[in-house]
Amino acid sequence: MAETIEITIPSEPKFLKIVRAAMNHLGETMGFSQDDINNITLAVDEACSNIIKHAYEGLKGLPIQVVCYLYEDRIEILLRDSGKKADVNEIKSRELDDVRPGGIGVHLIKSVMDVVSYDNSLEQGNQLQLVKYVSKKSQE
Amino acid sequence: MELEIKNKEKFSILIIKGDVDLYSSPQVRNKILPIVRNKQAILFVDFAEVEYMDSSGVATLVEALQIANKNNGRLRLYNLRQPIKDVFELSRLDKVFEIYENEQAAFEGI
Repeated sequence: MAETIEITIPSEPKFLKIVRAAMNHLGETMGFSQDDINNITLAVDEACSNIIKHAYEGLKGLPIQVVCYLYEDRIEILLRDSGKKADVNEIKSRELDDVRPGGIGVHLIKSVMDVVSYDNSLEQGNQLQLVKYVSKKSQE
Repeated sequence: MELEIKNKEKFSILIIKGDVDLYSSPQVRNKILPIVRNKQAILFVDFAEVEYMDSSGVATLVEALQIANKNNGRLRLYNLRQPIKDVFELSRLDKVFEIYENEQAAFEGI
């Protein structure tokens, strides 16, 4: 049975630091390597930023729910919002060959997490699942 | 986050202290863009006290680099901690920027 930690922040960039601090702490508690802790923190921060920018289109005070399930071998993180549904074609990571500002966040999330899965079935809002396995090296 | 600008005769140095994220990157943008819009501006950015940067920070620097290039300017980054280097590498932008280990290396040839 996984332990569950739930954090809800309002959709404002100034609260992202709270989510990052929580991810850092959870990563340390679970025995992830420092690299993996940095990666999990980056992925969750980028996902929350995308919710603020795209799902809520910059509107403040709307809920961003971060639910973390702590298993022996992995952390599963569900990010939920009740904003505008994402266009699945738009959330695929862009080609990075052309250098231009923006659009890097999704690529970073996919690069650093073991599983990235978008749930398109919700009637309202979005749910993104991120999974990271504790590597054997950092478990030893 | 704190931003400090040192204007010298031939170049400027921007020292960033704190996290660069969706909240703080607009402040960085407001400081950097007016500098790189000048013709042939040379801007150094010191990251020694930056522990975290996300894609909004990267996007801000990409925009600054493009403007600097258009104006025949230079943008050099130095003192990047490993998590910041990782973000550039993951974004495949580590070869696009002029990134130096330390201040001495960054100022060579200027």
